[in-house]
Amino acid sequence: MSASLAAPPSAASRDEDMARSLGRRRRVTDRVVRVLCWLAAGVGLFFLASILVTLVMLGYKGLSFGVFTHFTLPPGSGGGLLNAIVGSLIQTALGTLIGTPIGLMVGTYLSEYAAGSKLGDVIRFVSDILLSAPSILIGLFVYQILVNPFNGFSGWAGAVALAVIVIPIVVRTTEDMLRLIPTALREAAVALGAPKWKSIVFICYRAALDGIMTGVLLAVARIAGETAPLLFTSLGNLNWSLDMSRPMSSLPVTIYQYAGSAYEDWVQLAWVGALIITAGVLALNIVARVALRKRT
Amino acid sequence: MSDVPHIVKSFTQELDRLRDMLTEMGGIVENQVALATKAIVNQDSDFAAEAVQQDAAVDSLERQIEAAVIRLLALRQPMAGDLRQIVAGLKISTQLERIGDYAKNVAKRSIVLGQLTLPFSLTGLATMARLVQENLRLVIDAVGESDSAKAIQVWQSDESIDDLYNSIFRELVTYMMEDPRNITSCTHLLFIAKNLERIGDHATNIAETVHYAATGLTLEEDRPKGTDSASYALVRPQGAG
Amino acid sequence: MPVTEREASADQTSTLSARSSAAIAPPRLAIRNLDFFYGANKALKGINLDLPEKQVTGMIGPSGCGKSTLLRCLNRMYDLYPGQRAAGEVLMDGQNILASDVDLNALRSRIGMVFQKPTPFPMSIYDNIAFGVRLHEKLSRAQMDERVEWSLSRAALWTEVKDRLTGSAMGLSGGQQQRLCIARTIATRPEVILLDEPTSALDPISTLKVEELIDELKSEFTIAIVTHNMQQAARCADQVGFFYLGELIEVAPAGAMFTAPKQKKTQEYITGRFG
Repeated sequence: MSASLAAPPSAASRDEDMARSLGRRRRVTDRVVRVLCWLAAGVGLFFLASILVTLVMLGYKGLSFGVFTHFTLPPGSGGGLLNAIVGSLIQTALGTLIGTPIGLMVGTYLSEYAAGSKLGDVIRFVSDILLSAPSILIGLFVYQILVNPFNGFSGWAGAVALAVIVIPIVVRTTEDMLRLIPTALREAAVALGAPKWKSIVFICYRAALDGIMTGVLLAVARIAGETAPLLFTSLGNLNWSLDMSRPMSSLPVTIYQYAGSAYEDWVQLAWVGALIITAGVLALNIVARVALRKRT
Repeated sequence: MSDVPHIVKSFTQELDRLRDMLTEMGGIVENQVALATKAIVNQDSDFAAEAVQQDAAVDSLERQIEAAVIRLLALRQPMAGDLRQIVAGLKISTQLERIGDYAKNVAKRSIVLGQLTLPFSLTGLATMARLVQENLRLVIDAVGESDSAKAIQVWQSDESIDDLYNSIFRELVTYMMEDPRNITSCTHLLFIAKNLERIGDHATNIAETVHYAATGLTLEEDRPKGTDSASYALVRPQGAG
Repeated sequence: MPVTEREASADQTSTLSARSSAAIAPPRLAIRNLDFFYGANKALKGINLDLPEKQVTGMIGPSGCGKSTLLRCLNRMYDLYPGQRAAGEVLMDGQNILASDVDLNALRSRIGMVFQKPTPFPMSIYDNIAFGVRLHEKLSRAQMDERVEWSLSRAALWTEVKDRLTGSAMGLSGGQQQRLCIARTIATRPEVILLDEPTSALDPISTLKVEELIDELKSEFTIAIVTHNMQQAARCADQVGFFYLGELIEVAPAGAMFTAPKQKKTQEYITGRFG
């Protein structure tokens, strides 16, 4: 190269220069985008973390054994959240028990029997709408059919409202998980002489079990924290009651009532309740993920 | 066989190369027979020497063809027409090599013959040699073109060569019985005639191989007596079971 | 005298094992004028083919020629999909199995199928085999154990898995999984086994093991195998059918098919000149 000082730049060195500047530009762009991604993640995580930190800081103070053993009492007399916790557990469990089989059936129908049909498309569409419907609307709907005609708020109405929220979640996950199963597996079962329902129940469900369970657990986590539908259906009950035909207490509603009050101990209990719900949902999500990973 | 080339063109090229080697070998052998014939008829030992010399090329080609065939079988897994053609190549090269050997023997004997006096003419032998050459030329064409019609023609005309051989045999025996001094030359001539007849037979074998490679059908052992080509009727298909 | 080349080629058929005498055995399945439609598209046109008893029938042809479609007709798999229909007859013991009143589950216990991709069920090896049997028979524990052992032995898998029958079937290798699928299929004691490209997804040694298996199984079962590997058809099949564009172009004993096919299309496909 030293000998060709006066020579014009050759095609090869021109290409080298172009390659080098292109490369530099690309590396810079890459770095900029990467920084932006980190920032976005940081923003999201910041809010998440601050919520958790606030919850823990404010709720931890009121956390005591008594919270889990005492009923809700008028402000100033101590008290805990036992009836709210129990009421939430009952209504969540019932809601899941009612909604899951229905969701499973619909999801199975969509995946196995109505794969390309118009009816299947319509059902899927409606289910998706229901999935993102405002839960207060669901509460109002159940109010119209189960509270008004019977002239009273009830635990049943609350459970039904939660079930209505569970159904589209389970429908979506069931259908997606069943869709993932290769056709060859179904055909293999049918080729052995299995009727269609057996190939679904014994082969497809077994193969998709992990995914379906995850879907159910996620649905449970969702309804554990729902407030609006319960406001119009089970209303909440400051007394201890296990009677499903009467208004029933639940954690979210209790938090709503306590947090808006002027009493300090009630507000404190509200924070504790929020912490309990968050911890419960978090635990449920972790269990769901661990269970899935273990089986894979 | 088929004019359509293989999807993998190198296979078609290798088959063509095999065919070219065969026709090259056939050409040399044809030449050998022609030279041997001229050596007898014209009593010229130069022709004879040349015929003997070409044997080395023939042997070398036979080894090359065998190697090519084994390689094709191992690497190409040939089927149907290709398989028949490749195996036929192996058989034909062996046949050609034997024809070359016979031609060499004829040439060697012609040198000895040249030192003897022959009181009779060699027209019978010359005719026979010409017929054999013609058949050989035809069959080597058939090899190059995978022509089963030509193969059948050769296969049918071997009969006339056999007839000629028989008449020459009788003629030579007569000469030997007439005069014992003829015995030496007649014996040599007898061997020459026998060699020519063997060349004719090998040409017929090549014809049968060519026909099988081209069509998958074998020719009957009994040759038809007629001369018309409707004797296809005697060709019995082997594949239908 | 010319070398007796005719005799040489006559020996060809007898020295290549008894495989070429396929036409003598009576057919287990007789396919008569079979047409098949995917909606309005006619995929099979007037197929006439016999599957001889206890022999292997190979089906070869380029992609989309209908060989897999034909195979799936034989155990009525197309019934799963509306819009697919078959016309014509497939006779088994004189009965047309394409008729609408046929009990499909019982039919499929007599005609089994192994697919291209190994499809072990998500259960233990034992349950995989037992699943098919339980669909049709009520067996005691001891009888089921015996059936499982028999199936796995015939599928050349017993020695490899006999100590882990309760383990998941998903933990087996590809070749083992496919042999498991074969064991599962023969567990119901079918009469006919349909193999749809059974070794396409396997490595060469597993492929050879499955081919050896086919050779052993044909003493008990009638087998039909679809393959796009001609050398496999040459190794395995007793008779071979060549399909092209939904038609059966030629069917012949394997020896004749691969040395001297009669149809030009067959010759061109087999020698790799098209397809």
